[in-house]
Amino acid sequence: MKRLLTLAVSSLALAASPALAQDVAITGATVALGDGSDPVENATVVVRGGRVVAAGAGVSVPAGMTVLDGTGTWVTPGIFASITNLGLVDVGAVSESNDVDADDSPFGAALDVSPVINPNAQDFGYSRAGGVTRASVMPEAGASIFGGQGAIIDLGADYDAVRHPRAFQVVEFGERGARLAGGSRTSVHALLRNALHEAGTYGDAGELRTAGSAGGQREGLGLDSRMPNNVDRQGDVLLTRFDAAALVPVVRGEQKLYVQVERASDILSVLALREEFPALDIVLVGATEGWMVADRIAAADVPVIANALRDLPASFEQLAATQSNVGRLVDAGVKVAIGGYDSSGDHPRNLPQQAGNMVALNRVPGATGLTWGEAFAAITSVPAEVAGLGGRMGVLAEGAHGDLVVWDGDPLETSSAPVRVFVDGVEQPLTNHQTRLRDRYRSLDESERPRAYEW
Amino acid sequence: MGRHSKKGGPVALLLTTAASLALAGCTSASGNDRPAVAAAPVAAEEPYASTYERYPGVPTAIVGATIYDGAGGMIENGTVLFADGEVVGIGGADLAIPAGYTRVDGTGRFVTPGIIDIHSHLGDYPTPSVDAHSDGNEATDPTTPEVWAEHSVWPQDPGFSRALANGGITSLQILPGSANLMGGRSVTLKNVPSRTVQGMKFPGAPYSLKMACGENPKRVYGGRNRMPSTRMGNFAVNRETWIEAQEYMAEEEPDRDIAMETLAGVLSGEIMIQNHCYRADEMALVLSMADEFGYRVSAFHHAVESYKIADMLRDNEVCSAVWADWYGFKMEAYDAIPENAALIHNQGACVVIHSDDENGIQRLNQEAAKAQADGRRMGIDIADADVISWITLNAARAMGIGDVTGSLEAGKMADVVLWNGDPLSIYSRPEMVWIDGAVMYDMNDPQMRPVSDFELGQPGEGDVK
Repeated sequence: MKRLLTLAVSSLALAASPALAQDVAITGATVALGDGSDPVENATVVVRGGRVVAAGAGVSVPAGMTVLDGTGTWVTPGIFASITNLGLVDVGAVSESNDVDADDSPFGAALDVSPVINPNAQDFGYSRAGGVTRASVMPEAGASIFGGQGAIIDLGADYDAVRHPRAFQVVEFGERGARLAGGSRTSVHALLRNALHEAGTYGDAGELRTAGSAGGQREGLGLDSRMPNNVDRQGDVLLTRFDAAALVPVVRGEQKLYVQVERASDILSVLALREEFPALDIVLVGATEGWMVADRIAAADVPVIANALRDLPASFEQLAATQSNVGRLVDAGVKVAIGGYDSSGDHPRNLPQQAGNMVALNRVPGATGLTWGEAFAAITSVPAEVAGLGGRMGVLAEGAHGDLVVWDGDPLETSSAPVRVFVDGVEQPLTNHQTRLRDRYRSLDESERPRAYEW
Repeated sequence: MGRHSKKGGPVALLLTTAASLALAGCTSASGNDRPAVAAAPVAAEEPYASTYERYPGVPTAIVGATIYDGAGGMIENGTVLFADGEVVGIGGADLAIPAGYTRVDGTGRFVTPGIIDIHSHLGDYPTPSVDAHSDGNEATDPTTPEVWAEHSVWPQDPGFSRALANGGITSLQILPGSANLMGGRSVTLKNVPSRTVQGMKFPGAPYSLKMACGENPKRVYGGRNRMPSTRMGNFAVNRETWIEAQEYMAEEEPDRDIAMETLAGVLSGEIMIQNHCYRADEMALVLSMADEFGYRVSAFHHAVESYKIADMLRDNEVCSAVWADWYGFKMEAYDAIPENAALIHNQGACVVIHSDDENGIQRLNQEAAKAQADGRRMGIDIADADVISWITLNAARAMGIGDVTGSLEAGKMADVVLWNGDPLSIYSRPEMVWIDGAVMYDMNDPQMRPVSDFELGQPGEGDVK
């Protein structure tokens, strides 16, 4: 690829404020729009003012724009990685650096990841270098069945990572939820119903206004604005005021409820919650046995976030695990985003590997995979849609965020990697701790001085 | 056709392996400080012996395929012949096919040796992953060389079938976990369904002792306020235990001690060392400890910092069994980089791609391909055929079975995978898998897919998975 534009993006330090977007056009590339369509060869992508202007074959480049020759490369929207822990963890097993769950907290639903996300965590830069430009960050349930409130972030190298705070609430169903609830799924149902009833009552009494649901504007990151206005509640209640307040937008359907659930029968129980709480805006997370009740999920119009490669009966709620889960759900009409990280190999930046395997699966008789377009959409536009941000990210459509990745080949292929990454039209640094180590140890020659002086 | 094992049986191979190990040790150990070792008392017959016998197969000719032979060779439009459980020959399109061979069309397809995972816990941490199945760490003492992984392996682990069908795995080493400094003996298995673990045991494969350095042992035991609680404690306990083994070996008629039998086997070169270790500086210390007591480390496992000492590992002839790109999940994995495998290879040291994971074992080919690509991007070009050796012959050698499997050479076991495309592409899957010349998986035949007892009558029984 001819580099007609070289940008100074090598600094490891984050800018205090986001850099200004560049107006840029890339021509002659193979372009995948992310919307489920097949890649288009010799196509053009135009980004101006941080937003996509146009993408596809026959797109003309406005006069005066910087033009990059994309010959031999692929250009796509950035990966949207669902349900990550980006910015919550430096090292998973170093507990003081890990804010994913709060085992000993007095709070559950009230917990909010937004103010603690750290864009300097190495995983941020490492994922960015892998082509991840947007992500949902999900807290995990620690002390109660509620994990708290997740956020939607971008992975630009600045401190404005959190773009949609409190985008969803997390609740743990199934085996893990049962343990957290006191030892049985029955307790999960009782606790969840009680919590939603308390929140409903609380919301009515408090005349609360909700904040932080999937609005287009950046929200403040301070304490929940609903809190100070409230009178003490009457009677016996299980939730703290803070937790009850946090669930008000959930019960009103103004904040999505991400339900971690695996077993087919549990999935149906989750769908049935809407008979009692009609406004719930549910997203199924996990759904390993979803394919067994795919028609019911489709009829309920509930989207799914699933790890694509689960195929082992890892627990008694995943006995029917198969790699065909995603394909069968999609064929039934369910909106499915690929996300979920069962091992340290299922890193957010390896989502293309999960997606690529879905394409390979189509060649196995009896299995159900995805077309290339479907597979790539499952890690770009579909997760954005599941997050309530469809058309705005994860897709090269007019007006969408100018998140571009230039790849050195088919992005789903094992041999491919990003060569340039843009977030909101701003080219991003691809250096990180790992690339610096790579460069230092390219040679082991210490005849002149130790490697420690190579930096 | 009867089922029978091959090549002189277990004892012959064990002796061969031990001899070659000793030779290799001489090239790298510091020489005259190796202690004289007495023959250790052992049971009269090999206990828990393999009962594996190969299943019937037909003489088979795969024609028209691209062949990676596992030893660094590649043949386009090639032919692979095997019969009676053994590879008969490989060659180009001009290789004569004897009468009576069944032809398999390899057009547009690829052939590799059976894929080998040097680091698996299938069977000793089987699925479903319930507490009752947690049989991989005898975490009650920091040194448990007396335990044998094969006594934990549950042959009905559904993971074996996934490794076969999706990963083309034909042989695998089951290791104890890494809670202990000395975790116990490994067992090498043929990936065939069996009612017993003996029915899976790879005939003649040498044993290995699993060792672990770093965070895990000191965390497990330090957390109980007992030794080791530090890295220096790790080494102290190891050294004291090796001294105990030396004393045991010096006794004229020692009582049977199955822990010491294992350690004596290591010191006499019959049992290999598979050493879980992440950090470069710790691997270097382990090599010094091996010199101190006169044993060899066959492979460092995980070895995420091998790239920092690849020259040293090359000179010591130690393999690194690594992931492609796992990193950051624990402190000692913080410096893992995706170019690790390529940098090790580039220094001339031995690379093995391992899984340590019931999911990763299904995609070792993809992991190898990623590691290759990460090298290429930094200017290290490694041929496809060499990359295949990372998951075949290199693994076999580091497990002590390289003389009988791991590459497609006449006389070796006919452990063969036919892929429906380039195995280094994300878009390829195993189409057929032969173990000792018998078809054990056929993508196009739903019946040729093993289903474990556990999955019978369960939702999804016999699904493509």
